[in-house]
Amino acid sequence: MESKPLRQQISAMRQSFFDEEILDEQFTQLEQLQDRENPNFVEEVLNLYFRDSTTLIAKVEQAMETVPIDFPKVDKSLHQLKGSSASIGANKVRNEVTKTRELWQEGNLGGAKAAFQDLRKENDTLKAKLEPYFQQLRQAGPDEAAMRPRRSHNG
Amino acid sequence: MWFKCWDKISSYSFKIHHHYYQYIGSKRVSKTWWRKLLFSWVIGWTVASIWIFCYMSSQATEKRKETLASMCDERARMLQDQFNVSMNHIQAMSILISTFHHGKNPSAIDQRTFAKYTERTAFERPLTSGVAYAVRVLHSEREQFEKQQGWTIKRMDTLEQNPVHKDDYNPDLLEPSPIQEEYAPVIFAQDIVSHVVSIDMLSGKEDRENVLRARKSGKGVLTAPFRLLKTNCLGVILTFAVYKRDLPSNATPNERIQATDGYLGGVFDIESLVEKLLQQLASKQKIVVNVLDTTNQSYPISMYGSNSSDDGLEHVSYLNFGDPFRKHEMRCRFKQKPPWPWLAITTSIGILVIALLVGHIFHATVNRIAKVEDDCHKMMELKKQAEAADVAKSQFLATVSHEIRTPMNGVLGMLHMLMDTDLDVTQLDYVRTAQASGKDLVALINEVLDQAKIESGKLELEEVQFDLRAVLDVVLSLFSGKSQDEGVELAVYISDQVPEMLIGDPGRFRQIITNLMGNSIKFTEKGHILVTVHLVEEVIDSIEVETESSSKNTLSGFPVADRRQSWKGFRNFSQEVSLHPFSDSINLIISVEDTGEGIPLEAQSRVFTPFMQVGPSISRTHGGTGIGLSISKCLVGLMKGEIGFVSIPKIGSTFTFTAVFTSGCSSSKEYKSQQINNQSNSISSEFHGMRALIMDPRPVRAKVSRYHIQRLGIHVEVVSDWKQCLSSFSRGNNAIHMVLIEQEVWDRDLNSSSLVINNLEKIDHGTPPKVFLLSNSINSSRTNTTTSGVCNLTVIPKPLRASTLAASLQRAMGVGNKGNPRNGELPSLSLRNILLGRKILIVDDNNVNLKVAAGALKKYGANVVTATRGIEAIELLTPPHEFDACFMDIQMPEMDGFEATRRIREMEQNINGIQFRNLSVETYNSVSNWHVPILAMTADVIQATHEECLRRGMDGYVSKPFEAEQLYREVSRFFQ
Repeated sequence: MESKPLRQQISAMRQSFFDEEILDEQFTQLEQLQDRENPNFVEEVLNLYFRDSTTLIAKVEQAMETVPIDFPKVDKSLHQLKGSSASIGANKVRNEVTKTRELWQEGNLGGAKAAFQDLRKENDTLKAKLEPYFQQLRQAGPDEAAMRPRRSHNG
Repeated sequence: MWFKCWDKISSYSFKIHHHYYQYIGSKRVSKTWWRKLLFSWVIGWTVASIWIFCYMSSQATEKRKETLASMCDERARMLQDQFNVSMNHIQAMSILISTFHHGKNPSAIDQRTFAKYTERTAFERPLTSGVAYAVRVLHSEREQFEKQQGWTIKRMDTLEQNPVHKDDYNPDLLEPSPIQEEYAPVIFAQDIVSHVVSIDMLSGKEDRENVLRARKSGKGVLTAPFRLLKTNCLGVILTFAVYKRDLPSNATPNERIQATDGYLGGVFDIESLVEKLLQQLASKQKIVVNVLDTTNQSYPISMYGSNSSDDGLEHVSYLNFGDPFRKHEMRCRFKQKPPWPWLAITTSIGILVIALLVGHIFHATVNRIAKVEDDCHKMMELKKQAEAADVAKSQFLATVSHEIRTPMNGVLGMLHMLMDTDLDVTQLDYVRTAQASGKDLVALINEVLDQAKIESGKLELEEVQFDLRAVLDVVLSLFSGKSQDEGVELAVYISDQVPEMLIGDPGRFRQIITNLMGNSIKFTEKGHILVTVHLVEEVIDSIEVETESSSKNTLSGFPVADRRQSWKGFRNFSQEVSLHPFSDSINLIISVEDTGEGIPLEAQSRVFTPFMQVGPSISRTHGGTGIGLSISKCLVGLMKGEIGFVSIPKIGSTFTFTAVFTSGCSSSKEYKSQQINNQSNSISSEFHGMRALIMDPRPVRAKVSRYHIQRLGIHVEVVSDWKQCLSSFSRGNNAIHMVLIEQEVWDRDLNSSSLVINNLEKIDHGTPPKVFLLSNSINSSRTNTTTSGVCNLTVIPKPLRASTLAASLQRAMGVGNKGNPRNGELPSLSLRNILLGRKILIVDDNNVNLKVAAGALKKYGANVVTATRGIEAIELLTPPHEFDACFMDIQMPEMDGFEATRRIREMEQNINGIQFRNLSVETYNSVSNWHVPILAMTADVIQATHEECLRRGMDGYVSKPFEAEQLYREVSRFFQ
């Protein structure tokens, strides 16, 4: 009972992600995959994502700066990033990746680099917002995670 | 002969037949064969006609010969007869002389008597020109004889040597005969030959021979023809010997010589005589007659006739003049040359001509056949080319459409994003317009793609279970906005006899309905659009019955085109029922009826032709490509149905089509259908057993409303006006929970209606019934409701649909708002059933994706193994393995999904091949045929179309991240 305000806080936080369109429906689906057998599934996936995305972003940045620019390498990395962000439902990041990739494919290097910076910013924001969220979730206890309301994002 | 010909012809015709079959078989060989046959035909008939000619002309010649022979023989016989008559007479004369000259002494005959007698009996001897009698005088008797006669015996020889002219002839000038052993001087002679008197017959060479032969043989003897004395004509002398006494017939020649008294000679002037004879015969001018003495074979002496020998036809008849020593013959020839054998010529030429004509016909026929066959080949070639071109066109269309679609998605996405940015009103408007156009373009491309697919025969219908009513509800909801804006009433009515669940292709069915309704919406500005679904069987029964329905009895009161007209042309309309009465196929007949402007009569024939619209102005005012109906027709065809329409300008059109589905309640899919039923029933269960009253004066509209309300399990009663309404309330012992009133009725009499409503509340036994207004247009009804001042009134917007109706009722009645189950509920439940315990491999190079996908599948109870590289997947999927399925990312570094799939399939094939040979099934886990289902995972659904995946050896694709429904659809194909 003591965790009730905490839960409310968490719920509000979570809702804000959707309101700000940082996350989309895919995230709720991810949440549905979490159950007793797999209590920290969402967090695990997100951590994996952050690890991956950090490496990928670094890779892209590096590849963009090297003098004979490795177009396919950047494209491949962006593709991976796109898949990852789509999988976790990171809406804004995915949009940025898409934009960057399209510009990159068009050969608009300047545009792509600018978009890439936005991407990085979005990813950082995501990270910054989600990390405290998960922290609080952990505090609230595993039960809460398992009982994520299903109807919260319906309609 | 004709028999022969017939044989020949029939054998030829047999050959022709025989050959014709050969011809079909081997064309080239038989072409030369034909020519040979034709050549031999012509040669054969030429020979035949020549033979016929010869045969006929020889027949003619034969006939001619016969004629000649008979004529010749006739002449010869006559000549012979007459000669014999003459000879007999001369013989008779010889007897006369022997009797009267030698038998009497003195003689009773002298020269004068003889001459007179012979002259007067000349008619008896038609062939003789003169008769003379010479007496035998021995040398010893010469002097006495000369003295007695008063002249000397003269000789003939010199006479013959110096022939003299008749006029100059003077016997006195002749020399006296030299001394001979005996003489035969002529003592009596006919006047005509009186010049031979006193001439010794033995002195003439011919005469002497004749005389000697005559007395030796005792018969008539003839000389060879020679020139006669004085007349110098060709003649023959017949000589008879006159004996002193009668001699026995077997007397020796010597006895005869001894007994000889004299010699009687007759001169035959053959030439004139034969001439005279021939004169008497008919057709003398036809033939030429020659009479010859052929005693000496090598030198025949001509006795009559010109000797101009003609090579032509000749007949020889032998003449017997009673002298065995002499031989005579008659040779006859035709005067004219034989005429041309015209009959033979014409016959043979005729036959030849006929044969040639037949040959020509034959030849022409063969040529014609060859030509036609060549043409046919050419046509086939052209047809193939045309078909190839058509396929190429369709493929081109498909490719281009596909290629356009991909970038178009980018454009649309960007536009969508652009709309989210900070735009002013004008900019937003531009973006909206651009997006709307883009969507139209994509829709068009999809249609073109469909058309291309249909034309290239690639379109195949799905066989899934679906709820027809739900499909129609969805379609209705699509158009409801449009219809409400324009005030057109939309309605759907499905007969109760149509089963809940059908198996077929709901997507394509929906496409047809959408096309038809879309058209109707486009062209309808007032009135209604009504979709009705019936079983064909029902409608057939109603064809005869439902004749009284007036045109006024329609949904909106506007007249409509009679839909029954639209299916008149359906071919197997009546057969369908009798064809499948026992199978579980469901024949539906669906009509879309509108009260639009109709199709002009002249355009009705090309309604189903692609890209054909009524006129160019139509596409300007209403848009569209004109491809929709063509696609619909094709789709209906694929559903084994037919489509037809009837349209009356200014009144409306009704399109009707039939489609064959399978009943969805078959055993295999029972579980699933139960699921769905549960879901749909969940809406309606809360109203079950309630009673409703519909007030609507229009039966058709009431029927539609009733259909929808009944779907919710509500018992429905229909009344047509307020009076009935009230009466049904007052008599009703069952509570009526709701009253649904058509807005039209309501508006017509606002006062009375509100009064009645108030009354209702009073009469009612328990809770007052809720009153609903069925309204077509939301805006108008709202204003009216407010003005009417009745608060207990809920407006249900049309078109009626199960969901909206249920929602409205729920809201108004307050029945347990339990909340609808999530849409995902059904597939996730079923997915769990399907995937529980399955071993599934997921291959993706993206760790996050991998984890999410694995998590999703694990959630459904699957046993998931993950791999990040294509190589790993190949190793894991090398048979024998225990995987039930594999989900594979397409874009992976090193080896992409397609390549990995290709290698896996290769491996499987090899092993299947080995197994097939070795039959060592146990070692491979008793799996007889390895084929692990591989599903592509892709974020880009458009790019990775189903076909592409299938082509690359995959079994399907799922979008990434997983979408429960799609996942279910794909997975359920493999796991049952």
